[in-house]
Amino acid sequence: MSYIKPPFRHPDLPTNEVGYSKKDYEGAISTLCAGCGHDSISGAIVQACYEMSIEPHLIAKFSGIGCSSKTPAYFLSNSHGFNSVHGRMPSVTTGANLANRDLIYLGVSGDGDTASIGMGQFVHAIRRNVNMTYIVMNNGCYGLTKGQDSATADFGSLSKGGSTNMFQAIDLVGLSMELGATFVARSFSGDKTQLIPLIKAAMSHQGFAFIDVISPCVTFNNNVGSTKSYDYVRDHVETLSMMDFVPDKTEILVDYAEGDSKSVELHDGSAIQLHKLASGWDPTDRNLSFDRLHQSRDKGEILTGLIYIEPNGSELHSVINTVKKPLNSLSEKDLMPSLATLELINEDHR
Amino acid sequence: MSKNSIKINDFVVRFANVNGTGSASANTMFAKSIFRMGVPMTAKNVFPSNIQGLPTWYEVRVSEKGYLGRSEAVDMVVCLNPQSLKKDIATVKPEGYFVYDSTKLLSKDLLREDINYVGIPMTEICLREYSDPRMRQLFKNMVYIGGLAALLDIDLEVVKSVIADEFKKKPKLVEPNINALQLGVDYVKSNFQYPLNIRMEKRNLVGNKIVIDGNKACGLGAIYAGATVAAWYPLTPSTSLVTAFEKFANQYRVDPETGLKKFAIVQAEDELAAIGMVIGASWNGARAFTSTSGPGISLMSEFLGLAYYAEIPTVLFDIQRTGPSTGMPTRTQQSDILSCAYASHGDTKQVLLIPSTPKECFEMTANAFDLAERLQTPVIVMLDLDLGMNDHLSDPFVWEQNRTYDRGKVLNKEELENSATFGRYLDIDNDGISYRTLPGTSPTKGSYVTRGTSKDEYARYTEESAEYVKGMEKLSRKWETAKTMTPKPEFYQPHNKSKIGIVFFGTTLFSALESMDKLAEKGISVDAMRVKGFPFAKGIEDFIDQHEQVFVIEQNRDAQFRSLLVNELEINPKKLLKVSNYDGMPITADCILTQMLPKINPEGHEIHAHNKSVNYDL
Repeated sequence: MSYIKPPFRHPDLPTNEVGYSKKDYEGAISTLCAGCGHDSISGAIVQACYEMSIEPHLIAKFSGIGCSSKTPAYFLSNSHGFNSVHGRMPSVTTGANLANRDLIYLGVSGDGDTASIGMGQFVHAIRRNVNMTYIVMNNGCYGLTKGQDSATADFGSLSKGGSTNMFQAIDLVGLSMELGATFVARSFSGDKTQLIPLIKAAMSHQGFAFIDVISPCVTFNNNVGSTKSYDYVRDHVETLSMMDFVPDKTEILVDYAEGDSKSVELHDGSAIQLHKLASGWDPTDRNLSFDRLHQSRDKGEILTGLIYIEPNGSELHSVINTVKKPLNSLSEKDLMPSLATLELINEDHR
Repeated sequence: MSKNSIKINDFVVRFANVNGTGSASANTMFAKSIFRMGVPMTAKNVFPSNIQGLPTWYEVRVSEKGYLGRSEAVDMVVCLNPQSLKKDIATVKPEGYFVYDSTKLLSKDLLREDINYVGIPMTEICLREYSDPRMRQLFKNMVYIGGLAALLDIDLEVVKSVIADEFKKKPKLVEPNINALQLGVDYVKSNFQYPLNIRMEKRNLVGNKIVIDGNKACGLGAIYAGATVAAWYPLTPSTSLVTAFEKFANQYRVDPETGLKKFAIVQAEDELAAIGMVIGASWNGARAFTSTSGPGISLMSEFLGLAYYAEIPTVLFDIQRTGPSTGMPTRTQQSDILSCAYASHGDTKQVLLIPSTPKECFEMTANAFDLAERLQTPVIVMLDLDLGMNDHLSDPFVWEQNRTYDRGKVLNKEELENSATFGRYLDIDNDGISYRTLPGTSPTKGSYVTRGTSKDEYARYTEESAEYVKGMEKLSRKWETAKTMTPKPEFYQPHNKSKIGIVFFGTTLFSALESMDKLAEKGISVDAMRVKGFPFAKGIEDFIDQHEQVFVIEQNRDAQFRSLLVNELEINPKKLLKVSNYDGMPITADCILTQMLPKINPEGHEIHAHNKSVNYDL
């Protein structure tokens, strides 16, 4: 059951630039377990969209099946949502995006929904550079079916029932970089300071923006020995960079010492301001990012932050050269050839 | 052969070639020449699932009477394939002709006493005339076409006009092809008595008809219907539908100023993604479609259940091929009837449209988009390989001057903001069809979460039994509404005159009509009904009720359509008699007759003079 929140709002709630209060970006009350990492991610999405001053109906939200995929009911209730079938969120989002390139597309998925049943669609959405944000709420287990290991569970991780995972984990960050994703980040549901600007940057990015968010399952995978528990993740996080999302790059106010910061301009005029960079690292250099990722993996660290960005990639519409006007707004006049044309076609077949 | 057995405009020619040798275009030109002589013809391509080197056949039936079904009585085989020689000789009917490349002598054990051999040294002629190996191969095809023109008395000027059109874009090729044609003509004229007893005469029987395949007709229909998104996965025999759409789109849907496209075509990673994209695009207000065949239907079934239950318009073409599993991928069948009608788990029913001719492919494609949006549900257009990939004689395409698209019950911003309440699944009009909204319409009203889980009238997730049942009952009401919108059946008699009825659909039309004439020759009169859609429109049940014996003619082993009739109309199964062909080749009138005759109740029919008119709509 989705619970509807009471419509009452305090009249003095602050509003954003387009006149909406944060309430306008919220959703129904979550039915996930108390303390679920996914609810923090929903909260970060609400905060990011509110702060970005996007009118809520200009976002469309998508999901597959699983605990993670229930969340679109718990954020952005003024946005249309589509809770599709297991592992198939990417294709539905791709189709929706083809129909109307003007909306902002936000897909959420889980590690089962993405790294197992939905792997095929995930990699092909990357390959096509569909203009969307793709968030994986990654808890290393199948929550809704009571805690089976997923394909992102780390080798040797201990389940609540006491069994050890004997298979290698699929690292979605490394995979998406290998496939040429143009925006790759990892974060932790418990770190909103990092996650909110990442979501904003992802939603501003033209092309496929991937955020792998480690999001502990409090019920089935928060035990001692699990590598996706709150404690384990906090102890092993290695933050690659701190990041500010700057809606308009002319407003960059904070100056960081030269050499450890970098500003990346996005297509819509916004910018990402990265600071506290590891020395010798540049998020727009794919090879350096790969090296950094591999080093962390070898050390058993969970590397978080914006890991790689290519701000000038061609998203799907520009690759297939569609008109600027959304396809769903074209009318008979735009689409229907004339009767004379039909007569010519008939004549060609005589 | 005796003079009195001359057959004018009534014969079957079967070409036996090796695939990948350029024979297909020569054979098509042969068929086109028959058509341009004003005589009805039908062409069937019998090809392997292979690109080069395997046997392939092409059958052209010439029929002054207008019979457009397949016939197994082959009057002439033109054989260029040593691999299939023995089998090809065996397929010639007694008194018929075997035309072959006589560069190499036929071995004696291949000679039949009861047929005529016509040897044309095609390879020898081409070796003599051409030096380029590719030309030696390609012009061999034109040499036999020339030979046939002389043997069958096909007007050479007509053949030349066809060649000129074929190479319209490469005019330099016209003359060499005509020269090769003439080499064949000359050889026949100086070595044989011509024309043969099977021959052509000009007629004026095709009127303004066109020759085109069903897939191309559907591709064009999707253009006129305003489809903007196509997602697909390559699969014979469905591929050429999207290819045709793309070709037409590049001609008619590119902004001349900017070069930008008013369409999006995505080759998906599999059929699941293809239908997922179509559902996403349709949900977001674009007209979208995919095209597939049986294996794709199996893969798409989960998504079809979602589209049914969440009520999302979806247009899907199923170009049926021979199953089960991979089956015979390049042969025809009508064997996805049940898997489409009830596609997906749970209680699901899908709307089907079943064209028989290219013109109907064009029209039903346009109607499929209207119907899918009106009913907010998947509509599957059911072709088969025969209709989709073979050229058919068809009435020309027509389009209403001011036709507009029926986008169904979609609320715009104003309507939405003026409405008191919005509930995505409220049945306000009591027809089972609710009002929907598109993303981005209004900042404060009309948003909802689409889902495949149970939901209430406001699209909120619920596990309350009463709410679930209410939703399912609404879908049943919609199904009743659909019955008033699917096409009415076609009857082939002004009023019923027999106690025996025949029921058929799709490409079975051609042989079914021919079998009616053949039955009439035996003094048996039957009434005929062609079904064009599902759910069954009014009139179908009445026809069955009005006859004592009803033969259901179809192209699958298990009489799937008969099962659908029994199941949906609660008909006593004993009343419906199965007539079927499922060997992968289009059904023939002889096949129908052979199965029907032993079962016909002798008292069930009255003897009527049968009108042999062939002026039915194509």
